[in-house]
Amino acid sequence: MFCDECKKRPANVHITKMVNGVKSESHLCEECAGEKGELTLISESKFSFPSLLTGLLKSGSGIESHVPIHEHIVDGCRNCGIAFSTFANRGFLGCSQCYTQFEPRLEPLIRRIHGTCRHTGKVPKRMGGAAGVMREIENLRRDLGKLVSEERYEEAAVVRDKIKALEKRLSDRA
Amino acid sequence: MPLKDIINKTYSAWMSTDAPHTDVALSSRVRLARNLGDIPFPNQASPADLAKVAGLVETAVSQVPELSRLEIIRLSEASALDRQVLAEKHLISPQHAQGAENRLAIIAGDESVSVMVNEEDHIRIQTLMSGFQLDEAYQLADKIDDLFESRLDYAFDERIGYITACPTNVGTGLRVSIMVHLPALVVTGQVKAVLSAVSKLGIAIRGLYGEGSEASGNMFQLSNQVTLGRSERELIENLGAVTMQVIEQERSTRKKLIMEMREQLEDRVQRSYGILCHARLMTSQEALRLLSDAKLGVDLQLISGVDGKTINELMVITQPAYLQRLAGQELDPGERDISRATLIRERIRIRREGKER
Repeated sequence: MFCDECKKRPANVHITKMVNGVKSESHLCEECAGEKGELTLISESKFSFPSLLTGLLKSGSGIESHVPIHEHIVDGCRNCGIAFSTFANRGFLGCSQCYTQFEPRLEPLIRRIHGTCRHTGKVPKRMGGAAGVMREIENLRRDLGKLVSEERYEEAAVVRDKIKALEKRLSDRA
Repeated sequence: MPLKDIINKTYSAWMSTDAPHTDVALSSRVRLARNLGDIPFPNQASPADLAKVAGLVETAVSQVPELSRLEIIRLSEASALDRQVLAEKHLISPQHAQGAENRLAIIAGDESVSVMVNEEDHIRIQTLMSGFQLDEAYQLADKIDDLFESRLDYAFDERIGYITACPTNVGTGLRVSIMVHLPALVVTGQVKAVLSAVSKLGIAIRGLYGEGSEASGNMFQLSNQVTLGRSERELIENLGAVTMQVIEQERSTRKKLIMEMREQLEDRVQRSYGILCHARLMTSQEALRLLSDAKLGVDLQLISGVDGKTINELMVITQPAYLQRLAGQELDPGERDISRATLIRERIRIRREGKER
């Protein structure tokens, strides 16, 4: 069998495509398949996080549309100079300030990756005790809501008292 | 312990089989990604920035007594082969092993801790333990993290947590992973179904050498997918719970195999063991496959000539760079196949004769 495209070389790449339920077959040689970009489909299965990110950002999968036009968007990060398009291509930001500078465009992406934009884990001790206490209060409030909705009032009361104690600690310090 | 000794020592603490669930779970690993405030991430940093990070971290290590026991290795000063060995030992990533200027690896003598400096993030703290010890591995990483934090200014945001170069790691910066050996699920064709179920629970699956690598030797790495919005404890518990299910599934399949197909199973294990004991040429892929069979044989008590520790060790030291390092010279692929087969025969013979390592 010869290649469908050049009709000269033997066909050694056989492709079956299903597009909207319509099946099509093509038989190509390696060269023609490479030119048509069919081989990359097969051999480049390197599906990494950065490439996925880039895809998400480029595909217009609704991310851009979340961003109100009037919102202040800088073209490059003022601290490290990286352009947002560079991030979109590489999947890496340039510095910690990029997160603030690109926030309008970054936040929907982070939400898409993690399902949320709110850290609930470890807090560096250096951040000062207040941040940690606030985080704890927030977690306890969530627990409280859950307990109340499950009508576990006795346990809820214990959690409520804990929150009160922590809040007192915060206001004492302030 | 100097780099030379870390490399010459073929046995690492994680290879022990004296830990929970080592019949299926080989090792537990925790990684914390951290960056220093105000300095660009390594991908965007100038050489001066990178040198600054390396300097700050080195100072921190030298000032904190519990950290100063760690060995600081400047990768640009290590040979390409030594860097490759560190990657084969899973102490640094293959990217880090390229050893560009100002990249550091900070390693504990027993290899339970390794810190990569100026990889994708400024600091990546990794801990590695044998078997199913996710909690223990996290506690150690958490402690190292606190020690670094006492000297360094981490980039941290009230809302989104620890800042990382890639937004997929932001928040906790935590990746907790466990390496599992699933020969029974693979041979019975169930592994795809099990792993695709697992992937729906926020767990990512990779091959033996991390991101982008193929599953070889029936080894799979399970790890958390998201890093933000859940606490460290929740992420670890979720991975642990899911992994336990996979372990139970693998065990019950092994039981079934041994009940219903004992001869076939024993035949396969014994054949593989026979080849390991007698072959004169062996590729690394074949070695991984046969060692996987032998490990299954040991775990099901079908063979006794070799033990789990030796198999774990052989899986690492039969890799291309390690073989050449042990041989003390460069070897072409053909020569490596010879020296790999020899090394495996020797190790099994030493173990059988009950000599001390």
